[in-house]
Amino acid sequence: MDASSSAVESRHARRQHMRERMFAGATLAAAVIVLVLLGGVTIALLKGAWPALDRFKLSFLTRTVWNPVTNEFGALAAIYGTLLTSLIAMLVAVPISFGVAIFLTELSPVWLKRPVGVAIELLAAVPSIIFGIWGLFVLAPILQQSVQPWLIAHLGPLPWIGGLFRGPPFGIGILTAALVLAIMVLPFISSVMRDVFETVPDVLKESGYGLGATTWEVVWQVVVPYSRTGVVGGVMLGLGRALGETMAVTFVIGNAHRISSSLLAPGTTISASIANEFTEAVGDLYISSLIALGVLLFLITFSVIAAARFMLMRLERRALSSV
Amino acid sequence: MSRGLLRKLTNALALALSAVATVIGLTCLAAILWTLLRSGFAGISPALFTQMTPPPGSAGGLLNAIYGSVAMTVIGMAIGAPIGILAGTYLAEYGRDTRLAVVIRFVNDVLLSAPSIIVGLFVYEVIVVPAGHFSAIAGAFALAVIAIPVTVRTTEDMLRLVPQGMKDASTALGAYPFRTITSVIYPAARSGIVTGLLLAVARVSGETAPLLFTALNNQFWSTNLAAPIANLPVVIYQFAQSPYPQWQQLAWSGALLITLTILLLSVTARVLIAIFQPAKRAL
Repeated sequence: MDASSSAVESRHARRQHMRERMFAGATLAAAVIVLVLLGGVTIALLKGAWPALDRFKLSFLTRTVWNPVTNEFGALAAIYGTLLTSLIAMLVAVPISFGVAIFLTELSPVWLKRPVGVAIELLAAVPSIIFGIWGLFVLAPILQQSVQPWLIAHLGPLPWIGGLFRGPPFGIGILTAALVLAIMVLPFISSVMRDVFETVPDVLKESGYGLGATTWEVVWQVVVPYSRTGVVGGVMLGLGRALGETMAVTFVIGNAHRISSSLLAPGTTISASIANEFTEAVGDLYISSLIALGVLLFLITFSVIAAARFMLMRLERRALSSV
Repeated sequence: MSRGLLRKLTNALALALSAVATVIGLTCLAAILWTLLRSGFAGISPALFTQMTPPPGSAGGLLNAIYGSVAMTVIGMAIGAPIGILAGTYLAEYGRDTRLAVVIRFVNDVLLSAPSIIVGLFVYEVIVVPAGHFSAIAGAFALAVIAIPVTVRTTEDMLRLVPQGMKDASTALGAYPFRTITSVIYPAARSGIVTGLLLAVARVSGETAPLLFTALNNQFWSTNLAAPIANLPVVIYQFAQSPYPQWQQLAWSGALLITLTILLLSVTARVLIAIFQPAKRAL
């Protein structure tokens, strides 16, 4: 090999080396952008919320007053509405999703499995605003005309739970928002649960059947214990969605900053307040209070989602190690 | 005997309840789609695609909103897709199981499920406040922030499906990692990456909350990226809450357009995955 060709070769190698470093650097930079985004979101929100947090301190969390005229803001009604609507939504959606997942993994005939599974997955992709306008135009009138009068007449007079079902039937309100949320998270939770159930090794289920267990006993004593972490993780991901959901709720919640004992009364959630009021908010303190609501929502959903992801990650690791 | 009977009854009851749950779930969702189709198709006409959003009480179309949505989605994806693909490449090929990669993966998963209204507030603080006004570019940036985590996740998953043997073969020929990635791994995972991008577009095109206080809305035709721009989700949001029947009709038609687009994207993505998976198994 003469000198010139080896010089060409080393130049080529240097260029390759350069390119490698540039490419590796670009991928690293892009990956770091993901970190920067989360950091940026946190800093930007805190900065925007500071005037309100500085003015109201902890009383922001404990007061229900929300008065743009006197510049008095408290988040309690919105926090209450957020937690309550999500709680009711999960109470409705989780058992149904569990049923759907069981049906899809253990019960359904093979020819039905794919179409139903695909339908559920596609429905999880429908944007939430569709659920919102359906709730406003279809569900709310039905609830107002038939369901809520019945609830008021039959459950209202009862002791203890009666208080939850009193007052006029508005149609829109906490209960309606919760039901729309439930329908919206249903396909999501169902498909996560189904995926988790499918990680259960067939050998385990077959040993259950081999011992003479019924399908339900295999589900309840083999499938569920094995996939418990994943199920809880999936439910919490759904909860994270419900807590932060904006459009499905905003249409039907009624946007009233107060805490009523009745589920039929209008209320508000954090995200609905922001969506309804932000563009019309006048005054720095008003806008800052809305951003402070956003900070609270971020904290609540962040902890729920982080816990869910942590659980799902643990399950994934176990699934890998058992293969 | 009675114990066996009890077990059988419990089993039958539980399974029946599970079937009932499936029927209830599917019925609710079918009801929504049915209403959407019926109310949406009633307003589908040439005017929908040729006229601007009308003032209250008169007829019109959604042309400016469709244009705004498409423009912001395209710009948002143009920002988000390269970042997402490169970051996914880092996680799958360079970072792998290093502590930094594990942290980024976790943060990305959190961003993936973070409420989109938070993203809207973030972009409002970062772009709208300094600029002093709402703008199409702020909306596009908000959509990019939502598209990035989706793209990162799918890109990483798809790159990991490429068989190790192919990567090893390229490395054994003396190729640098970047050469292996761009000449071997990307081509092998192409349809998977495209699927991820389609899913990101599907996710982004229905987002309403982050556009409410970034792009806002505009009743007129506008191609100015520095000005507020009309877009389908916000038009649906505002028109559906109005008392005017023409506006409500436009809201339903817009909702139908968005949903059909998203379902089409999702179905295409599924078909692509179905093509991609057997190829992987054959190798």
